Amino acid sequence: MTAVGTRMLRKEDPKLLTGEAKFIDDIQVPGQLWMAMVRSTMAHARIAGVDTAEAESFPGVHAVYTGAQLQDMDLWIDALPCAWPVTDDMVNPPHFPAAVTEVHHVGEIIAVVLAESRYQAADAVEGVVVDYEPLEAVASIDAAIAGEATAHSEHDSNKAYHWPLIPDPDALEAAFADAAHTIAAEFVQQRLIPTPMEPRGVLAVPSPHGGDITLYSSTQVPHILKVMLAATTGLAESKIRIIAPAVGGGFGAKLNINPDEILAATLANRLGRPVRWTESRSEAAFSTHQGRGQQQRIELAADADGKLLGCRVHIDADMGAYMMLIGPGVPLLGSFLYTGVYDVPAFGFTCDGYFTNLTPTDAYRGAGRPEASYAIERAMDILAGEVGLDPVEIRRRNYLAGGEEFQDLTVASTLVFDSGHYGPSLDLALEMSDYEGLRAEQQRRRDAGESIQLGIGLCTYVEMCGLAPSRVLAGLNYAAGGWEHATVRLLPTGKVEVVSGATPHGQGHETSWSQIVADKLGVDPADVTVLHSDTAMSPLGLDTYGSRSLSVGGVAIAMACDKVIDKARQIAAHQFEASPEDMEFTAGTFAVAGSPDKSVTIQEVAFGAFTAHDLPDGLEPNLQEQVSFDPPNFAFPFGTHVAVVEVDETTGNVELVGYTAIDDCGNQINPLIVEGQVHGGIVQGAAQALWEVANYDDDGNCTNPSLLDYLVPSAMEVPNFKTGFTTTPSTSNPLGVKGVGEAGTIGSAAAVINAVCDALSGYGVRDIQMPATPQRVWRTIRDAKGGAA
Amino acid sequence: MEVELTINGRVYSGEVEPRTLLVHFIRDQLGLTGTNIGCDTSSCGACTIHVDGESVKSCTMLAVQARGADITTIEGLAGDDGLHPMQQAFMESHGLQCGYCTPGMVMAATSLLSENPNPTESEVREGLEGNLCRCTGYHNIVKAVMAASGGAS
Repeated sequence: MTAVGTRMLRKEDPKLLTGEAKFIDDIQVPGQLWMAMVRSTMAHARIAGVDTAEAESFPGVHAVYTGAQLQDMDLWIDALPCAWPVTDDMVNPPHFPAAVTEVHHVGEIIAVVLAESRYQAADAVEGVVVDYEPLEAVASIDAAIAGEATAHSEHDSNKAYHWPLIPDPDALEAAFADAAHTIAAEFVQQRLIPTPMEPRGVLAVPSPHGGDITLYSSTQVPHILKVMLAATTGLAESKIRIIAPAVGGGFGAKLNINPDEILAATLANRLGRPVRWTESRSEAAFSTHQGRGQQQRIELAADADGKLLGCRVHIDADMGAYMMLIGPGVPLLGSFLYTGVYDVPAFGFTCDGYFTNLTPTDAYRGAGRPEASYAIERAMDILAGEVGLDPVEIRRRNYLAGGEEFQDLTVASTLVFDSGHYGPSLDLALEMSDYEGLRAEQQRRRDAGESIQLGIGLCTYVEMCGLAPSRVLAGLNYAAGGWEHATVRLLPTGKVEVVSGATPHGQGHETSWSQIVADKLGVDPADVTVLHSDTAMSPLGLDTYGSRSLSVGGVAIAMACDKVIDKARQIAAHQFEASPEDMEFTAGTFAVAGSPDKSVTIQEVAFGAFTAHDLPDGLEPNLQEQVSFDPPNFAFPFGTHVAVVEVDETTGNVELVGYTAIDDCGNQINPLIVEGQVHGGIVQGAAQALWEVANYDDDGNCTNPSLLDYLVPSAMEVPNFKTGFTTTPSTSNPLGVKGVGEAGTIGSAAAVINAVCDALSGYGVRDIQMPATPQRVWRTIRDAKGGAA
Repeated sequence: MEVELTINGRVYSGEVEPRTLLVHFIRDQLGLTGTNIGCDTSSCGACTIHVDGESVKSCTMLAVQARGADITTIEGLAGDDGLHPMQQAFMESHGLQCGYCTPGMVMAATSLLSENPNPTESEVREGLEGNLCRCTGYHNIVKAVMAASGGAS
C-alpha cells in the first residue's frame, strides 16, 4: 500500500490541537530578562537626545540602553545583512540593530529596556524620553522619485538601484513599432502587513561558562540565521545553536535577520542571562518587514488577431528605509514571469528600487511573482477589451505551445519552463466553475437592471518556485545557494530518522516526508521521525521559503533513501553470498531473485549494519546516507483560477461569492495538504485585492497597524472553494514535483480584480486599484457615470 | 491581588496585579500555554477559552474578573480516551496548518455547537467571525465544524 499520493492525516496535528506544541512565547527559562523596545515615533529625524534616567528607576528594570550605548558596547562587528545586492552599485546604507544619530522609519529601535517581567519592560519603555529634530520624511514611492527630500540625509537621491532584463532591445522596439494593438496600464502593488497569526519572538539563552549560545526564534530561517548571526556579531558559528520551535505561520514575514534577534543574542551573551522579546501585533507593522510596495507599468503589443508581439514592464519598487535580507531582489524574482503563460517573442523589464522612510519591504507570499501574474493577467483583460476578444479567447490564442503539453521550453525572459499544459487547465476551470452558467446569470441581472452585478474574473498563471539552482543565484548576485540537504538513517531497532534542512511552519513536512520515505524504504510512515528546525539536530540546510521544501528538500530525502537502499542491498547480498544485482527490493524486503525464502527486511539489515558483525569488505558500519541536492532548474507550477464577485452598485461593496482553482503542482505527495495550501493562498491574494493595505500618512506614519483596521479576512468574508488539479510532472527533479505554497496567492489577486472590473464593464470601467474598497468601487462607478450618483 | 479559579477541573490560585490580563495569568503564571495571543485589539480570537460555559477572549478579561470562575482551556478538551470530537474533526478535515489559531478556533467552535448544535455553513462562518486564521482560508475549518456537528458539508 503506497503512502505517496494519499490524503494521510497529519502527524503534526495532535500536539497542535491539544495545546501541547510549544511556540516561542510558551518557552520559559529561569532568570530570563524581558526586552522591550523604544521605537521611533518619527519617520525621519535626528536623535537629539535619549533620556533614560526615569525609566531606569522603574520597578524590575535591569538596564536601559540607547543606540549610542549599544554601539559603544561593541556587540556586533557588522550591520544587518543584505544577502541580495542586486547590482554592484546598489546603495546599501548600513542598518544596525539600533539607531544612533538618525532614525529612518517609524518603529526603528532607539533604545532597549531589559526588565524582570513583560509588563515591567513595557512600563519602562513609556518612561524613556526621546528628543527628535524632525527631518523631512519621504513617505511614498512618488515622493522618493521626485527626490525633493532624501530618506537618508547623507544621500543625494533615493534611488537604490536600476536593474534591467532586456534580452533583445531591438526586437522589443520593433514589436511595439509594428503592432496593430498596444495597451499600457499602471498598477499599484500596495504595501501589505504579512500578519502570520503568531507574532515574532526571540529567546536567547547564553552559557556564560560554556561560551555557547542558543537562540530560539519564531523564524523560517534557522540555518540562515545561524550563519548571519555569526557574520554580524563575530560570535563563533560553531558556538551558535538556533532553534525554531513550533512556528505559527511565516508567509515570508519570518524570512529575515532582524534587529531583535541580534540584540537578544548579543545582550544575553554579554549579560550572561537569557533575554527574550515577543512582538505585539501593533508593533509588527514596524518591527517586521512589509510585503509588496511597487508601482508597475506594463505595455503589451499585439497583432490584429490579438496575438502578443511584445511585453514591456517597468517597476518602481519601494525598499523602505533599509535593504533587509532579500528585499532588493523581491521585485526581480517576478521579472522573469511578466509574460506569464503566453508566447511572447519580445520582452523587456526594468526595475528601479527606491528608499523611503517607511518600514523596510521584503518577501511576502509569492515575493515578486504575484505582482507579475497580476500585471500580465490584468493587462490581458485590458487587451481583450481593446482587441474585442473574450478574456478566455485571448488567453487561448496566446498560450505557450498553443496550450499543448510541453517540456523544457525557453521563454522570452530566458527562463526554461520545466513543463506546462495550459489548455486542459483552462478547460477544467471553465467547466468546474460553470463559466457558461455564470455568464448567463450575469447577463440576466444586467438585462433586469439589478443593482447587484455579477463579475467573473479569470487568471491563468505560472509561477517559478523551488528556489533555486545555485549557479543561477550566482548570476543574480544572490549571496547564498539554493540546495537542500537531507540525511536518512535507519536505527538499530528499525525505526527511521530523517533529518531535513527544510523548516516547516504549517506545511506538514513531517507528514509528507514520512510518506516519501515510507514508499521508498517500505516502512510504515508511523515509524518515520522527521528532525528539523534545530541546527544541532539538522546542521545543514537553507530553510523554507519560495515553495522549495518539496521540490528541493523532499527530493533530497528521496535521493538519500535511494543511497540507503543501495548500501542495504550490498549488505543483504553479502548475507546470502549473492551479488547486489541479484537482490530484489520490494515493500521493505530484500530477496534473492528467484529464491524468495532467501530474504531479509531492511530493518534487519539496519541492525546488521549497527552490529557490523558481518559486513562486506570496504563497507562502513551504520545505515545512514546524506544528500545535498542542488536543483538543475526552478519548477513552474501553473493554473487557472476563476473568481466570482457580486458588486453592489449602490454601496460599492464587493462580495467574493465563488472561487474555482485548477492548479498543477506536478506529482502530489499529499493532496489534503496541497488543497490546504491552495485555500490559504487564495485568501491572501483575495485579501490584497479587496481588503488589505498598510496605510501611510504624509509624515510616514502607518495609520492602521492593528487588526482593528488592517483587514485580514475572517470566515465571513470568503466562500468555499472548488479545487481541481491537473498533473504535469516537473523535469527539474526525479520526483516530478513542483511547489504549491504560494501558487494560490499568485493566482487570486488578478482573478478577483478581473472579476470586479468585469462586473463594472458595463460602465466602461477598465481598471480599479487594489484594495477595491466599497469607497473606491462606489467612486469608480460614479466617475464612470459622469459624476452622477 | 489574590485570584482563585478552576481550570479544566483543577483549582488554581495566584497573585496578580489588577491589570494582569487573564490570558497572561493562564499562560505565564499557571503555565497553561495552549491558549495563544495573536493580537492586541481583541480582534483575532486566538486566546478564546470557556468561562462559566461561555466562549470568552481571555485577552479582553482581567484575571481578577475571573475569580471563582469555572474555566476550560484547550488543554482540558481531550480526555483519557483521546481527542475531543471537535479536535478529531479538525484533524480529519485538515482544519489546521500552523496550529496557532487552532486552540482558540476549537474552543470557539465547541461553544458555537453547544449553542447551535446543527448550524448551517453560513452560521458557522458567522459564528467564527471573531477567530482569524491566516493559513487555511477557512474552507476546511468550516468543513471540520460541520462534520463535528453531524451536518453534511
